[in-house]
Amino acid sequence: MRVLSWVYLALAYAFVFLPVAVLVVFSFQDGRLPVPPFQGVSLDWYAKILGDDDLMAALLNSALVAVVSSLMALILGFLAAHALARVRLPGSVLMRGVLIAPMTVSYLIIALGLLTLFNQTGMRLSLWTAGIGHVVINLPLCFAITYAAMGDHQKNAERAARDLGAPEWKVLLLVSAPMLAAPLAAAFFLSVTFSWDEFIIAFLLTRFDVTLPVEIWSMLKSGLSPATNAVGSLVFLVSVTLVVLLEVFVFRRAK
Amino acid sequence: MTAGVSIHNVTQRYGTALALDGVSLEIAAGEFVVLLGPSGCGKTTLLNIIGGFAEPTSGTVLIGGRDMAGVAPKDRPTTTVFQDYALFPHMTLAENVGFGLRMRGVVKPARDAKAEEMLSLVGLSGRGTRRPHELSGGQRQRVALARALAVEPDVLLLDEPLGALDLKLRRAMQDELKAIQRRVGTTFVHVTHDQEEAMAIADRIVVMNGGRIEDQGPPRQVYLRPKTLFSAGFMGEVNRIPVKGGQSPLGPLPVADGVLCLRPEAISDRGPLRLGPCRVVETTFFGTHLRATVEPAAAPGFHLTVHLPQGAAPAIGTVLDLGAEDHVVLQEA
Repeated sequence: MRVLSWVYLALAYAFVFLPVAVLVVFSFQDGRLPVPPFQGVSLDWYAKILGDDDLMAALLNSALVAVVSSLMALILGFLAAHALARVRLPGSVLMRGVLIAPMTVSYLIIALGLLTLFNQTGMRLSLWTAGIGHVVINLPLCFAITYAAMGDHQKNAERAARDLGAPEWKVLLLVSAPMLAAPLAAAFFLSVTFSWDEFIIAFLLTRFDVTLPVEIWSMLKSGLSPATNAVGSLVFLVSVTLVVLLEVFVFRRAK
Repeated sequence: MTAGVSIHNVTQRYGTALALDGVSLEIAAGEFVVLLGPSGCGKTTLLNIIGGFAEPTSGTVLIGGRDMAGVAPKDRPTTTVFQDYALFPHMTLAENVGFGLRMRGVVKPARDAKAEEMLSLVGLSGRGTRRPHELSGGQRQRVALARALAVEPDVLLLDEPLGALDLKLRRAMQDELKAIQRRVGTTFVHVTHDQEEAMAIADRIVVMNGGRIEDQGPPRQVYLRPKTLFSAGFMGEVNRIPVKGGQSPLGPLPVADGVLCLRPEAISDRGPLRLGPCRVVETTFFGTHLRATVEPAAAPGFHLTVHLPQGAAPAIGTVLDLGAEDHVVLQEA
């Protein structure tokens, strides 16, 4: 029985990580195609993609969209969560529901909706429009995480800050936000990770400047190449790094 | 910096519940007033109204002669020490204590100097770089006190500040609180449900019950000459003997009609008000005194609680001839 459970564990991990492992292994392929047999180790493809200006521009665009849209989602989500946690309003439950609702809508639908809206209002597609799309998908996440973390502990400290003469914006900036540093960081890093490898919204809402997943998509149209594997490996590396940072600096400290 | 507080006919309603019912109270500048009462008596509501955390349904609050209607907590000359300390966990002690000054635009060197001064006032000198989680409960409460006093409020409000501390520490902090109040001269309004704490620190005790002020005065007066039965009972243990037309269950007593209230320590073998012979039913040694339950010969089934001197050791069944030194007669509400 023990052996069987270990086999099961190994299979489960293989199922999850085999595609990634294959992707990474063949990014080092010393040959023209990322398919078996493995013909030896080479860093040529990495040199090629790092020298590819379009690709590097897309990488920067992705980083920019991820960071800026996540910051926006975080600020809006935090403010909404703070208000709904502190003030009793008619329809609070409904408002909470509406804020979280976008989580249940597929990215494709959100992208199509925004595309229609931007066309109607004459807004040109750009990194900004893709960024707006990413705020739409990440705001519910940031809201839910910060809302869940708010408790009486912060409420009392906020009251004390007001009592000592702090205007409301200073209460938020100097007391509420720092006391929620861990959940805020968690929400931010998760948002960055989601925005970083999001494809459908970025694909439909960008035009000339594109994000990395969109650039990879256009590379794929010209056929398989170890270069795409190399880019994919880099994207994966960034995502893994973010998650590890999150684990080490946020979740560990929060315990 | 100190100012008086004048509360006039303040009523507070929460829906249909009446939290405060026409309360009027004058607090002199520099006075140490304790609002005492059971939970739900309205003492915390009154404190919140003085601090600006709640607006009264009707009535006025003046601080230093200024009407506080519509003035937010941050603009009032009051600060509060909260029961759960409410320190800012992400700031050092110096930053915590200096927070109010920071909000008033005081530059950092001046803030730090004042913070150190306040920390040394509460006995935490030189610990400005520590963080709240490194401190014990009593030390956190001191920091909260230093933080509230750093902005030199006219009136300091204390919301059961010692409630979370263990008994021994609470008694030690009481003395300190009183000493600090004497030194800074600020008006202190302190809320508690612990009557021993109230007697230890107050210049004046205000006993509250059911949204009203039952009684008020210096600790000695409220304890020895309570104005109501509630006040008598809340301030400490009391024997109640109904008297009508000079007759009581114990026989004739030369007092006015009402409820004769006798503190257990006022009863002894001396005393002008004679209670007659009483049989000892039970005794318990309390260290400072011997607590005895006695049954008057004239009233079988009626029990009195008596504090006898430490050295007394009457056997169960012994008959003592008891009298009371000090007594009040109060009317049923």
